Amino acid sequence: MAKAVTELEYLGMSGWQKFCYRFVTFFQRLPAVILNFFRVTIPGLGRRIWNAIKSVFRTIWNAAAHGDWKTRFSFVIFGFSQFANKQIMRGLLFFVFEFLFIIYMSLFGAGQLRYFSTLGEVERTKPGWGPNGEMIEGAVGDHSLLILLYGLLTILFILAFIYAWYASVKSAYAVQQYKEANQHLSTAKEDIKRLADAQYHKTLLTGPLIGLTIFTILPILFMIFIAFTNYDIDHLAPEYLFTWSGFNNFKALFDGSYGKGVEFGRVFGQLLLWTVIWAFFATFSNYIVGMIVALMINKKGIRLKKLWRTVLIMTIAVPQFVSLLLMSNMLGDEGVINKLLQTWGIIGSPIKFLSDKYLVKVTVIVVNMWIGIPYTMLMVSGILMNIPADLYESARIDGAGPVKMYFKITLPYVFHVTTPYLISTFVGNLNNFGVIYLLSGGGPTMSRARSGGAGESDLLITWLYKLITDKKTYGVASVISILMFLLTSILSLIVYNRSKAVKNEEDFM
Amino acid sequence: MATKTKKKYRSKKAVERGTNIAIYIILVIISVVWLFPYLFLILQSLRGEPGATTNYFFPKQWTFGNYIRLFQNKGIKMANDGSTFVATTGQYNFLRWYGNTLLIAIVVTVVQTVIVVATSYALSRLRFRMRKPLMNLMLILGMFPGIMSMTALYFLLELIGLTQKMSILGLILVYVGSSCMGYYVCKGFFDTIPRSLDEAARIDGANRQTVFFKVILPLSKPIIIYTILTAFLGPWGDYMFASLLTMGQPDYWNVAVGLRDMIQRESLANWQDGFQRFCAAAVIVSLPITILFFILQRYYVEGVTGGSVKG
Repeated sequence: MAKAVTELEYLGMSGWQKFCYRFVTFFQRLPAVILNFFRVTIPGLGRRIWNAIKSVFRTIWNAAAHGDWKTRFSFVIFGFSQFANKQIMRGLLFFVFEFLFIIYMSLFGAGQLRYFSTLGEVERTKPGWGPNGEMIEGAVGDHSLLILLYGLLTILFILAFIYAWYASVKSAYAVQQYKEANQHLSTAKEDIKRLADAQYHKTLLTGPLIGLTIFTILPILFMIFIAFTNYDIDHLAPEYLFTWSGFNNFKALFDGSYGKGVEFGRVFGQLLLWTVIWAFFATFSNYIVGMIVALMINKKGIRLKKLWRTVLIMTIAVPQFVSLLLMSNMLGDEGVINKLLQTWGIIGSPIKFLSDKYLVKVTVIVVNMWIGIPYTMLMVSGILMNIPADLYESARIDGAGPVKMYFKITLPYVFHVTTPYLISTFVGNLNNFGVIYLLSGGGPTMSRARSGGAGESDLLITWLYKLITDKKTYGVASVISILMFLLTSILSLIVYNRSKAVKNEEDFM
Repeated sequence: MATKTKKKYRSKKAVERGTNIAIYIILVIISVVWLFPYLFLILQSLRGEPGATTNYFFPKQWTFGNYIRLFQNKGIKMANDGSTFVATTGQYNFLRWYGNTLLIAIVVTVVQTVIVVATSYALSRLRFRMRKPLMNLMLILGMFPGIMSMTALYFLLELIGLTQKMSILGLILVYVGSSCMGYYVCKGFFDTIPRSLDEAARIDGANRQTVFFKVILPLSKPIIIYTILTAFLGPWGDYMFASLLTMGQPDYWNVAVGLRDMIQRESLANWQDGFQRFCAAAVIVSLPITILFFILQRYYVEGVTGGSVKG
């Protein structure tokens, strides 16, 4: 049990003591932090949400209770009040949205939503001959996947509709109040003018956010839904139906109840371990070696700085997939490196860089260094120039040698400044698809049976790719990606919130 | 006393020279390691002898045949008895892949740059109610594994008919669709531009749009070039989405998918010059990009050093 120390005592500690002290106090404070999260953060959040809901209903209630006939009419026909008060543009926008929604729902959306609870009932049948020789016509059948997708789209559309309804009512009541107070109502021209000034964020962000919703949020929601279905190779749409299966996929991952010849739980555990090990080594090997290389190049008295830097930057300049494919070929059992070494008589049989289950892990980390060190080198070079020279000056006067200056000034400074970069690199490495897939392809395949095609050097993300493209076990694959998301997000949220560079966003202004 | 300091001084100098020599040696080794694969790539692309690998480094016959056959969409195929045919038409429509990728890259560059700069300006300079929640949302969304949304995106695009033969448009939409999440570096740059400039312009009667176009953008040349460069480089390397959307349609592949197919074991077994043509293709793909990169290097370095530090 570490006892609390004063500021002065803390400053007097050595680096190792400081680390231990902070390590111990972190875990001592952890229960309080967690408790605080449940006792203060969540209720606080809950209260804010509750207040927001209350204010929404109060607005609606006020509009209904105190509104004139125009406002009340706006409850049914969007934009009526604005229209009646000569805010033609606004009124028209609201009305057109309502019109489109009704058309969509009556022609299409309602039908899709009806099947949403079962994801389709009619199985596709092939045309053929019955037992008495009569012809049977094939049925087209329901497409579960499309029903799910359309259902999701419809739900999003309904939510947008509810919001538009609320906005319309609120705006209608506001118009009425403005009128009663004899205040000026903004014209369409003024509205547009405001979009270039006070409301400029709407102009700038509408396009990007629509893209974000369709191409990021919708697919993510879709895959979360898929995790609760039995969509797999036996239930491939459109030939077969699939349906909701509750938490079966989650259960399958942990108790192995999901057959299909794969022990998901074991493979998941194994690959998770390797993914974390990989991310750790890939991040820190690049970071440390890259920093050393940067220091060497930037050392006073070393000439041709530009040349060394240019040589290293080659791996950034050449498209990464070219470098990786080339490396993968060169390091193969029949690749040029093995051939050359054999010809020179250095080795007898080829070194299995990519086909030995232990060596391949070393290989991918080393090749990743070849790819990643230049980035670190560039970044650290930039930071080194920013370290105030007088720090070194006063250290030299105090009699510090180069090694001491490195550990006492350079390293802490660089480390302090690059913490956010380290975190994002670590998260990026957890999901580093390119390096593994193009270099080793995840191979060699696990020798143990029932491994679901996973290879020894597969990360969770490359395994997911195989599960989706080869094995088509979508349900379990979705569960795995949800777990991966939880892992990365919790990890990085904790560290992000602790790093100062994020907190001090406004410092630069 | 005087000699002693002199000696000490000299020995210090000797140590300094020793470390410098050691550093030079290490740097030379590093350079060899870093350049060896690329030298190998260029040499192999000029190799005249058939076969996937050789057990020597420098080719014995030099030729441009690999480049020529690449553009003729031909390769040297192996017959069943082991003899070689000359120049059979292959499935490697390299020129087509190159065109596809270039087209995608150019469109993506234009749209993505606009989106990223607009998003960055809004999040850096404008203050509105949803700003913080929006930034948190994008941070969280960025942590979902991209693979997870892959199938959904595939079906979504299939629904509107943008896969297979229309996959170029589909790929552009996918790349551009979520590009606003890459605002960090650009916003970091905008954050460093003093706010007093905006305020001065606003006092003079400029609205926020004018501030954006007349004050911020002219000051942001380095970061705009950085954004353009990264946007342009992105599509060249994408394998995951491109291979999924164009499955079974070799004419619509991008260079990454095509080159990976060229270097796969089956291709190397079928084509006597498969590997050499891969190398030739890789050189042609890399050369313009590498040159472009070195011309704009300064801006890239500024982006990396500035952006990573500010998060």
